[in-house]
Amino acid sequence: MVAGSLVASIAAKAEDTIKIGILHSLSGTMAISETTLKDTMLYLIDEQNKKGGVLGKKLEAVVVDPASNWPLFAEKARELITKDKVVATFGCWTSVSRKSVLPVFEELNSILFYPVQYEGEESSKNIFYTGAAPNQQAIPAVDYLMENEKVQRWVLAGTDYVYPRTTNKILEAYLKSKGVKPEDIMINYTPFGHSDWQTIVADIKKFGSAGKKTAVVSTINGDANVPFYKELGNQGIKATDIPVVAFSVGEEELAGIDTKPLVGHLAAWNYFESVDVPENKAFIAKWQAYTKNPKRTTNDPMEAHVIGFNMWVKAVEKAGTTDASKVIDAMIGVAVPNLTGGLSTMMPNHHITKPVLIGEIKADGQFNTVWQTPGTVVANEWSPYLEGSKDLIADWRAPLSCGNFNVKTGKCGGKS
Amino acid sequence: MLRSILLTISLLLCSLLSLVPARADDPTIVLSRLATDNYGDIEAGITALASSGIPGSEAILNALADSRLSYRPSDKVIFYKDTSGGWIEAVTNAAPAEAPTGLKPVKVNNRVRRALEAALGSMTLMSADPQKRISAADAVFKSRDANTLAALDAVIAKEGDATVKRHFEDARAAVLILKPDAPEADRIQAAAHLGERGDQDSLALLGAVTSANASTNIVASASLAAKGIERRLALLSTLQNAWYGLSLGSVLLLAAIGLAITFGVMGIINMAHGEMVMLGAYTTFVVQEVIRAKAPGMFDWSLPIAIPLAFCVSALVGLLIERLIIRYLYGRPLETLLATWGVSLMLQQTVRSIFGANNREVGAPSYMSGVWDLGGFQITYGRLWIIVFSMAVFLALLGVMKGTSLGLRMRAVIQNRRMAAAMGIRTPVVDALTFALGSGVAGIAGVALSQIDNVSPNLGQSYIIDSFLVVVFGGVGNLWGTLLGALSLGLANKFLEPLAGAVLGKIVLLALIILFIQRLPRGLFALKGRAVES
Repeated sequence: MVAGSLVASIAAKAEDTIKIGILHSLSGTMAISETTLKDTMLYLIDEQNKKGGVLGKKLEAVVVDPASNWPLFAEKARELITKDKVVATFGCWTSVSRKSVLPVFEELNSILFYPVQYEGEESSKNIFYTGAAPNQQAIPAVDYLMENEKVQRWVLAGTDYVYPRTTNKILEAYLKSKGVKPEDIMINYTPFGHSDWQTIVADIKKFGSAGKKTAVVSTINGDANVPFYKELGNQGIKATDIPVVAFSVGEEELAGIDTKPLVGHLAAWNYFESVDVPENKAFIAKWQAYTKNPKRTTNDPMEAHVIGFNMWVKAVEKAGTTDASKVIDAMIGVAVPNLTGGLSTMMPNHHITKPVLIGEIKADGQFNTVWQTPGTVVANEWSPYLEGSKDLIADWRAPLSCGNFNVKTGKCGGKS
Repeated sequence: MLRSILLTISLLLCSLLSLVPARADDPTIVLSRLATDNYGDIEAGITALASSGIPGSEAILNALADSRLSYRPSDKVIFYKDTSGGWIEAVTNAAPAEAPTGLKPVKVNNRVRRALEAALGSMTLMSADPQKRISAADAVFKSRDANTLAALDAVIAKEGDATVKRHFEDARAAVLILKPDAPEADRIQAAAHLGERGDQDSLALLGAVTSANASTNIVASASLAAKGIERRLALLSTLQNAWYGLSLGSVLLLAAIGLAITFGVMGIINMAHGEMVMLGAYTTFVVQEVIRAKAPGMFDWSLPIAIPLAFCVSALVGLLIERLIIRYLYGRPLETLLATWGVSLMLQQTVRSIFGANNREVGAPSYMSGVWDLGGFQITYGRLWIIVFSMAVFLALLGVMKGTSLGLRMRAVIQNRRMAAAMGIRTPVVDALTFALGSGVAGIAGVALSQIDNVSPNLGQSYIIDSFLVVVFGGVGNLWGTLLGALSLGLANKFLEPLAGAVLGKIVLLALIILFIQRLPRGLFALKGRAVES
């Protein structure tokens, strides 16, 4: 037995490894978020190799750095697939980078796991979306505020790019369908890296003191959040007056702020580090041991990679091969435990089922889960609240095998 | 048989029901209502506890507000930790015989926090601490709890402190204005009082007065008061915009003033200028970390300590860059641009490797947090200090340029390098010192910017474009031009932002600058003399 595994490991070293691509920015603006995901993948591959690898072969990580440069993502993806012969890639953060690599993965028929919450309105045969679609994050958050905080007036604040614009369009349509009047919705966009929030925060304060309970739904991106929250604290806006619910602020982003003035502001995710279940506790312990840093945080996109990777392993074992087409077929229906004590399943639309958690920021920079969906939520990759996409569905099972099937016209290719 | 059972049950129920009011005041029962995971129940429990008059309930509610309250799920007994960390049993208000085990914390969310604020507000109106009385009055102003009216009247009558009294009267007006059964005269008086208070919250209250909940007289006086407030607020918002513009201008000035020396005075297109700012910010971070670890009491001194250190660190790095790279490239702007851009990437990646890619937390000293409210015109202390600081840096730099021998030599070299060399000035030394001075000033700017922006490796990048804009707009080679350029860009930005939105506002501003530079290519203050021709 011992001799056998020894032989196997020598063989693994020689040539016969399964290569996995890791396509996350390690330099440039997105390095702040993506570096952790690279480490997560290395940890997961290490763990799997300790268990003997996959199909009797060891896994080998191929790490490349697309340097927060969107066209470079496509080049690096091509390099990973054609030169390094990786069988699956885990990567991307921004939607732009995903859109940039999508044609490459479709052309070369390889697999990408995308771990970040995004605006939806997409389903590709070659991409598995392990992050949340808008209905798995934004809409439950708005529901929570409406029911529990009795919010009647809404500020939709976001950075000016595709994710906030689409999400806000969906939310605006959703709020209006719930009877919110147009004058009770204020939409505000700011440039990337906006750092002077004085005017906007003062506007929010003014908008919020019209006698109706007001909340801010924030799709403000990464770096701009710190000065935004600092300004909220400066101008004395407390969560009990005007709560802010954010979709892009996690444990990592809070690590750079003094969170005491922010206690009570909210975030909606599918995972929090503070979730108190044995699966999560075990994961955090192992992760901190692997990184040799007892303070290393965990976050939602990391959980998405954990789920995605375990799903891939299961699908490969089910298919008995790493051949992309066979694995893509085997993926649908695969279910693995998530880190919040439930089971996530890969659906035919290439999105996974997820629980939705609403957390309030605590003084120590962690989140206190104040509400969660009773079970998991299936993703609406095409939003039912948008004109162009409400008739579309994605189903990658034969015989339909289509990412944008129009149920009204009965044709594939309603909108790409 | 059945009848008798029913009778017994109903009798039992009756007796239980009659017992409830008698037992509702039982502290054990009232307190046990907090022993739950349901936020709605906790909220109800808080209200019950606040009106129960149980001794020590203020301490219990305060403990809940600080997340120090726990309960034992098995028997619903409530405990809290006192300030020294020891357990106190809430009912007896004393330490339990043995340390309780298996406790679960009573969870707090925004709803519970609001209920707590309201409850503590009505309970602490009589507090001995004036600050507490003011926050109690503000809490009542928000909750508008009609039950506090009698208490308010009582405390207004005996309050000696004028400020506290005004807060009490505000709270009383807020309660009265929307109380349908209050006397008409009282409500009209409340409307007038809120009109005098004159802020956004008062306006909201006055706006809620409609014919549905008030008589015509009250509605008329409320809308009169509201109109007055609106006029006042319109004026205030112009003032406020000017203040925001000034404060943005001072940030731009800080970011650009170092560049005004390296680019403006020496003519070096220094793309690594932003990284000098970043190094200053990271120096602040390191200083704060050391202070946190060694002498937490000194925290308020962290910024004064960081300023000279940041100057030294950035000046040293600047000196190295000048000696190792830039001095070989004088007179070759394109190569300088590329070389310094490379340096900027290297510095960013170095910092990323040492400190990690994540943002680092730089705390605000106590004198930099909070708001100074001047009758609705709000000045945040952080911004105020940054404006003062940027002016101080500007004047100091002006002093160095005009009043020291180094400044004299610098100006000589700028005006006519060859003549200065002929007069015996060692121009390479002056070049190196000038570049170090510009870099050091950028480092000082980093200390201030660490208070308002991310301390991340990308900090500098977000300021480099704006800095060049300011220097070019203000006029290359002139410190006064940089000052005026920064302030006018800040003001223009802040007056455009409410009209056009942040994204469009920035575009409009850039378009305006392009037009301006076409008319006046040398900026606001064009440098005269031989430097212009060379």
